[in-house]
Amino acid sequence: MGTPMTMTHPVLPFADIGRDDVAAAGGKGASLGELLRAGIRVPDGFVVTTAAFRQAVDHLAVRGEPIAYRAAALDPQAPEALTAETALIRAAVESTPLLPSVVEAITAHYERLCAEAGQRDLPVAVRSSATSEDSAEASFAGLQDTYLWVSGGDSVVEHVRRCWASLYSVESVTYRRRRGIPEPDLAMAVVVQQMVGARSSGVMFTRSPLTGDRSVVAIDASWGLGSAVVSGDVTPDAFVVSKVTGEIIRRTVSTKTRWHQPDPSGHGIVETDVPVQLRDVPALDDEEIAELVAIGRRVESHYGCPQDIEWAVSRIAPPGENVFLLQSRPETVWAKKDAARTAPTAAPAARAFDHVFTVLGKRSSGS
Amino acid sequence: MSQPTGERSFPLPSQIADVPGAEGWEALYPYFTRFQPEDDQRFWFYNSMHFPEVVPAFDAITSEIPYTAIGANTARLFAFPTTMGIEYRILNGRVYITANPVLDEAKQAERLTHFQERAGFYYANWDRLYEGWQQRIEALIAEIEAVEVPRLGELDDLEVVTGSRGYATNHLVRENFHRCIDLYSKMWHHHTEFLMLGYGAYVVFFGFCRQAFPEIGDQAVARMVAGMDVTMYRPDDELKKLAALAVELDLADLFVEGNEPAKVLSALGERGDAGGRWLAALEEAKDPWFNVSVGDGFYHHHLSWADDLTVPFAALPRYVEQIRAGEDLTRPTERLAAERERIAEEYRALLAGDDEKAAFDQMLGLCRQVFPYIESHKFYCEHWFTTRFFQKIRAFGQLLADRGVLAEAEDVFHLRHVEVEDALADVMLAWASGGTELGARHWQPIVAERKRIVEALAGWSPPPALGPVPEALNDPAVQMLWGVTDETVQTWLGGDELEENVVRGYAASPGVVEGTARVLGSVNEIGQIREGEILVCPVTAPSWGPVFGKIAAAVSDIGGTMSHAAIVAREYGMPAVVGTGQATARIKTGDRVQVDGDRGIVTILG
Repeated sequence: MGTPMTMTHPVLPFADIGRDDVAAAGGKGASLGELLRAGIRVPDGFVVTTAAFRQAVDHLAVRGEPIAYRAAALDPQAPEALTAETALIRAAVESTPLLPSVVEAITAHYERLCAEAGQRDLPVAVRSSATSEDSAEASFAGLQDTYLWVSGGDSVVEHVRRCWASLYSVESVTYRRRRGIPEPDLAMAVVVQQMVGARSSGVMFTRSPLTGDRSVVAIDASWGLGSAVVSGDVTPDAFVVSKVTGEIIRRTVSTKTRWHQPDPSGHGIVETDVPVQLRDVPALDDEEIAELVAIGRRVESHYGCPQDIEWAVSRIAPPGENVFLLQSRPETVWAKKDAARTAPTAAPAARAFDHVFTVLGKRSSGS
Repeated sequence: MSQPTGERSFPLPSQIADVPGAEGWEALYPYFTRFQPEDDQRFWFYNSMHFPEVVPAFDAITSEIPYTAIGANTARLFAFPTTMGIEYRILNGRVYITANPVLDEAKQAERLTHFQERAGFYYANWDRLYEGWQQRIEALIAEIEAVEVPRLGELDDLEVVTGSRGYATNHLVRENFHRCIDLYSKMWHHHTEFLMLGYGAYVVFFGFCRQAFPEIGDQAVARMVAGMDVTMYRPDDELKKLAALAVELDLADLFVEGNEPAKVLSALGERGDAGGRWLAALEEAKDPWFNVSVGDGFYHHHLSWADDLTVPFAALPRYVEQIRAGEDLTRPTERLAAERERIAEEYRALLAGDDEKAAFDQMLGLCRQVFPYIESHKFYCEHWFTTRFFQKIRAFGQLLADRGVLAEAEDVFHLRHVEVEDALADVMLAWASGGTELGARHWQPIVAERKRIVEALAGWSPPPALGPVPEALNDPAVQMLWGVTDETVQTWLGGDELEENVVRGYAASPGVVEGTARVLGSVNEIGQIREGEILVCPVTAPSWGPVFGKIAAAVSDIGGTMSHAAIVAREYGMPAVVGTGQATARIKTGDRVQVDGDRGIVTILG
């Protein structure tokens, strides 16, 4: 449960957030704060809370009618009307003036990040963090906007508003109306997080996505920013590592042809070809794999269930301090299968050697 | 094993061309080992794990008798429900095998009833029966040691008369020779007595782990089970103790690389009391711990350490050096045992529920109960007993050489065991009649011919398998023992043209290392290996232990994750790739190679 403080502050640094602060910080924000508390290296940042969202958006109206009511009245079966109406709502959210105190708080926290990183106009990611995002029932993941490589205090404020507005995109509203998710309770937090100039990045499951095996960690890795892996622009290297013995059980090094890099202009990212001499080189060395596995195990045991993690290896941080987690959420696919399973895979026998009779006595048809 | 599909096939036995210079090789082996026309319909694979070299005529007994015993055990004693025994054939001096499945379901059900009663008795009384086994096998070893090769003097001993023994000593020539064969047969029956039941327990645990943890590596399962048994490591441990003693007695200067055993021994003789004490310690260690064959006990020429000190003495200089440098060479058994517990405990903790955990405990417990036998039987059977057996046969060869039938004692191994009886009958008759043995004219040309044949056959590269490939190789015992699965067969079928520089096998021990390859075709070349090289060999045996202290990685043609190369490499913490099928053929001494023990890949870098 959120404390009164986190419920009312417009901006909170990661350090002040934990897993119980979903209502104020959204799923993503709460998770990042929690990881930091657990001693996991995550790029620092802050959250523009749902309180700020409410202050700015709750009173907004289009043609005299609160936007929540207008959105609630939309029919997903009438896409043309829905498209026109959501465009109006988005424009209203994007152009709404913010309270000076909120702008000040965002700018102050951004300046703090810049100062700590020792870099003016520090590039950050501005990500939507919906309150119901990543929850098991309704996954909003990917429906709201994320902006990479944003820099400058004014630009950050502007992108926060864009994130809020993306809650009223055609896709988001259609999704909510189809599922009957009520509009009035809706709120969104926005995560502002320092960008990692990633040499390599990717995803990690603390159980096998293929077989559900809980004794292994599966890592996908490629050169550059993680968006190349997540978007499927590249076939990543794949590593399967035993949690118990640390052995790399499978190692598939792919030819990685594309990578995503920060745009040299300082805004956004560009997608280009990976230099030929780098394509067939593994994107992670064995020490980095071992460190990722250790981190993955710590996060898993912190949360008490297998995790789906995004990570990056910094281009500039020294070895030993260069592996960062960008996000961690509970793995859901195999968790559902586990929950649906009724019979255990094996049961104790009257005598230990009865297991031998069961297995060696199994009828073999010869094929 | 399933019916062949005919889609994938290795060469058929009938298609194998003659080896030039080896015409008439069939005469070296019994008629029942020859491929028959109908054998073209079945899938066979080359058992290069046990028979990596051409089998000399006498040594064919090391396939005949083991398969007689192992088949009887699974088919007739314990009635394994889905399998009878293993059939074998010899082609160009190499042993090919195939398993005989039970396919009829009613028959399987009937056999299961018997299996439960019979195997159940053994499992339920395992510890008591295993204790009895140890006594039986030691008694058998004592018996073979006691067999005498009769001396045929001008006259029989007076005591034969005064004791009214009633039969002359030439009678004992055949009886005692036969006794060796009979004891060898009995040893192999004891060898298999617990073996398949032991592997059964392992297969069950392995299958459970694979189900609960679909991506678990073979090694991880093996490491949960591996016992801390000392028998297999004892010869090497004895050697380390001798090295420590050499340092303690100020004899270290004698143990330098390249110093031959004979020179070391004679130098020790000149070092007074200290030398004498070291030699006494050597004699103490030798019996029984030097009765380890440098092979796996399947060839007469794979001599034991006791017969030839080259291998142990080649290892001593390094141990001496390490001890002088203050290194502790004792096996870290406590650390290994703790690690084994940690791994098992962590897997157990990952299991979903209490039922799974309880089943896991039962299966692992059973494995650990059977494992002392699995790990130590080899020393008693293949090494200690078999060393004595070949020594006795060699002594009968000496008798034949002394009587002029053979040119030298070693030639006896170019006769089939039933032919040795013929030659001995010749001696028995000649001694009795006062005449002359006729064998020289008969056997010596045959021996010369067979030596030529064996040499010609040695140059032949046996295909890893013959005949049509069944849809699935589903005999768990075959998979476990020989490391042959559907995937292996696929590699054998298609490897070559795909990846010229890559040899694939089983990831037997983790880690990645680069180095210079040393290819040893036969264990007699073991002295060639140098510090830091990568050993490439057909197969390794426990007695290769000391070599593992020198090498950077190990690669073998044959072997699964429970093969000795795999077990020893894991213990030494070096990368190993086993069961490649073709490493010794593809890699040359001096090649720069990378051994990837995580993935089971050996890359030839140039």
